[in-house]
Formats: sequence, C-alpha cells, structure tokens
Amino acid sequence: MEKNNWPLWEIFVRSRSGLHHKHVGSLHAADAAMAIENARDVYTRRNEGVSLWVVESQHITASNPSEGEALFDPANDKVYRHPTFYDLPDGIGHM
Amino acid sequence: MQHLEEKFQAKIDAEIKIEPKDWMPERYRKTLIRQISQHAHSEIVGMLPEGNWITRAPSLRRKLALLAKVQDEAGHGLYLYSACETLGVSRDELLEQLHTGEAKYSSIFNYPTLTWADMGVVGWLVDGAAIMNQVPLCRCSYGPYARAMVRVCKEESFHQRQGYEILLTLSKGTEAQKRMLQDAIDRWWWPALMMFGPSDKDSKHTLQSMKWKIKRFTNDELRQKFVDVCAEQVKLLNATLPDPDLKWNEERGHYDFGAINWEEFWQVVKGNGPCNKERVEARRKAYAEGAWVREAAMAHAEKRRQRQATATAQSA
Repeated sequence: MEKNNWPLWEIFVRSRSGLHHKHVGSLHAADAAMAIENARDVYTRRNEGVSLWVVESQHITASNPSEGEALFDPANDKVYRHPTFYDLPDGIGHM
Repeated sequence: MQHLEEKFQAKIDAEIKIEPKDWMPERYRKTLIRQISQHAHSEIVGMLPEGNWITRAPSLRRKLALLAKVQDEAGHGLYLYSACETLGVSRDELLEQLHTGEAKYSSIFNYPTLTWADMGVVGWLVDGAAIMNQVPLCRCSYGPYARAMVRVCKEESFHQRQGYEILLTLSKGTEAQKRMLQDAIDRWWWPALMMFGPSDKDSKHTLQSMKWKIKRFTNDELRQKFVDVCAEQVKLLNATLPDPDLKWNEERGHYDFGAINWEEFWQVVKGNGPCNKERVEARRKAYAEGAWVREAAMAHAEKRRQRQATATAQSA
C-alpha cells in the first residue's frame, strides 16, 4: 500500500454574502487548488455556498479539551459583562 | 479510568456531544470506526449496482437523476470517511479493510440490479430503509458522525422520491412494465428488511450502542416502522409485497409480517451473496487503476510548489 497520501484539508463554506465561513467537513487533495475543486463537488452540490476556504488540517492549532475548564471557566462568574446585570427602570424604553 | 468512563457516560446521558479530541473509551472509538467505515463503504459500493444502469436509463431525465444520485452516494461516502478519520484512522487503512474483506458494507449491495425497475425499487426500498436508519443517527452522540448524517439525510430524500417516481410510471405502463415492477419488488423486499440488521435478540452490538447513544432505536423497532410505511406505499403502485403473512394488527397498531430468512442474511454477510466477489473486485480494480492519478497529482503539486518557491526567491 502506498504511503504517499494526499494531505487532509478542512473546508469552510460561506453560505451567502454577509455570513461567516463555517466549517463543513474535510477532504483529501494534493494541493490547495485541488482542495477547492473537490470541495465544490463534495460540499456545494446544491447551492450551499458562495465562497470556499480550504486550510490544510495540519496548520490548525486547536485548544485542548482537557484544558477547557481553565480556558473558559473564568467567563462564568462575570455576569456584569451582560446587559441584564444592570437594574434600570422600565420607563427608559429600549436601551 | 473508572472515573473517566463515568464522566464520559454522564456527558452522553446529558446529551452532550462527543468531539474528536475529547476523551472516549477505546471500545466507543472502535465501535464508531467499525460502524462509520461500514457506512462509508456501503455508500461507495452502493454506487456499483446503480452505475450499472446509467448508460441504459430510458430517458435523459432519468439519466440526469441517476447520475446525480450516484454522485451523491460518492459524496456521502466522502463525508463519512472524513468523519471516521477524526477517530484517528487513515483513509488508506479504511480502504485496505474494504479491499481485504475485513470491513463489511451493507449486504443489500451484494444483490444484482437486473432490470430498470430495480432502479426504482432501490430508490424506494433501499434508500427508504437507509433513511429510516439514518434519521436517528443525526442525533448520534459522536459530533462528526451526527453532522455528516444531517447532510446525508437532506440529500437522501431526493433519492427515494426519484425511485418512487420511476415505479409510479411503471405502474401506469404496459402489462410487461407492471410485471417488471412486481418482479423487482418481489426480489428486493426481503433483502431490504434485512438491512436493519439481525433481530434484537441476536444483535450483539445493540445494547451497548444504545447506552452510548450511537443508536437510538433497535433494529426491530426500525424494521417495524419501515414495514408499516411500505405496506401503505405499495398500494399506490397497485402492487403487493411478497409476504402472505403481512396483515394489519389492530391491537398492536402495526403490520404483522412473516419470518425473515436469517440463514440467507448470514450467508450474504459471510461473502456468499450473488455479487460479493464482483463488488469487492470492482473496488480493488478502481483503487489499483487510480494509483497513477494519485501519484501524478502529488508530483504535480510538488512541482508547482517548487516553481513558486523559485519564483519567490528570484523576485526577492
């Protein structure tokens, strides 16, 4: 079995102008141009997108799930960052 | 370890999805690799019995639909292989398992597609059974698998509808066409029922898979649901299902149906179905004959990289 495999690419699709690109999955391709072509056929056969990003998977650095608490817990007790924390009278209308 | 397993199960019970880098029991990973790869292989092998009829489709409309459908199956295979690879197994390993026969695929694709009516029945019954299986998988506990299934299910409904439309047309056709329709239903009905897998009492994976929320319903529950739906849909085709025991059971609120020939099921699983050898051989051949394309694409990409590097160095 050959070991000369095509690298893995992560595919991001912008479904329409004005929206973020969103991760939809991955595929193998020899290079970026081929990844775009394959992504067109695999992930946008039914008008799912107007723009594609492809990133070689090995270039993505992900946070470690086991460190999730250390990363995200500090946000838990900061309710004062949300507008509902502040007491205002009803009469002021929308604010 | 005990502690990790308990935390894992608590997450599952709370309907929190498991993502690739999260801790998971080795058996959970293995079960998923087996199930997702089997599913991916089924999509890819499933292209063969239908590809068989593309050049002989009776009209351009039918040919367009069939081409699009077979292309979709390729796409589904790719979503699923990608989902499977997030569990730390490579595409090459997966393909090797298919080519050596170590990995299975749905036994239904080991039956031949003999007439045009088979294209209709494959859409109606085979895709219909697949949808019945796949819809609950959209809520599977493993995130990448669940997300792949959402895409697959969205696309699969066109497959079933185009199949049923083929059958409706035949049902309004000549006597010969009506006979062809009934013959196809007769040949595919029982194998389609077997697609839901062994009966619950013989299914060795069901209990654990339900606990891990990989599966949401048992094989027999899904099979019953499928029978109930098909027993009604077949009436609109002015045809019958080949089961003398099929009968509405008022008390249960379900159709009763006859005994499945499990001996046939296990024979096909073990490789002795009508087309097992032909299907795996076709996949092996396609892989071997595609080797030069894979190598050439890599060589071309490398050459382009070098040319770009040289150009950048010269302009600097």
